[in-house]
Amino acid sequence: MAAKIVYKQKEINVFLDGEIDHHSASLIRVSIDEAIIRKRPLLLVLDFGKVSFMDSSGIGLVMGRYKLMKSLGGKIKVLNLSPGAYKVMCLAGIERLGEVKQREVI
Amino acid sequence: MKCINEMKMTLDSKSVNEGFSRVAVSAFVACLDPNIEEITDIKTAVSEAVTNAVVHGYREKEGKIYITVSIFEKGKVRIRIRDKGVGIENIEQAMEPLFTTSDGERAGLGFAVMESFMDKLRVISAPGKGTTVVLEKKIKGKY
Repeated sequence: MAAKIVYKQKEINVFLDGEIDHHSASLIRVSIDEAIIRKRPLLLVLDFGKVSFMDSSGIGLVMGRYKLMKSLGGKIKVLNLSPGAYKVMCLAGIERLGEVKQREVI
Repeated sequence: MKCINEMKMTLDSKSVNEGFSRVAVSAFVACLDPNIEEITDIKTAVSEAVTNAVVHGYREKEGKIYITVSIFEKGKVRIRIRDKGVGIENIEQAMEPLFTTSDGERAGLGFAVMESFMDKLRVISAPGKGTTVVLEKKIKGKY
């Protein structure tokens, strides 16, 4: 699991890569939160394009970041979810927290 | 129903083994020619059950997790995931979506995922006696 963090003015883009489970989520959440607290962005974009597996730990990851962004007056966007990851996210009603998009099928 | 193939494994209760356990189970089931969705469903459900054993059963302390995968005729798969941890006092409450006893970042959706991704979910547990989760799914693949 890796996360590439890209800064754009008032925006942070996080490109997640690999498998998200309880083990890996606890590692990447720290680096995302550090970036948010340091840069205070208005928008956090979580890109799941390269995520090959995700269980309910992914929900915790999104919900936790949503709460932090909301407390700082910002918003979140969740992009490029695989069909499997989307199915897990739907169980939690994640789409109510911000913009949520599935991966486009080519 | 007759069991036609079975495997058992014992793992240390370490979060790093969550990935190995779901991959090992899905590799064993691969002989039934499951489709991508079926494999993802199984991997996700196993990941939830093993994570529960690590986080709740053993409270991130040392212990063993016992997994048995049995394949029956007509593509039926049964996965038992057992721990000898603290056990669950109120199973009904534990299975409620969004209920969690963990103060970290657990969404409380582990059982909800297992229930909706598998055909059947059974939880056997008592305080001090550990927890057994039984997951069942019929793989349509070949049949």
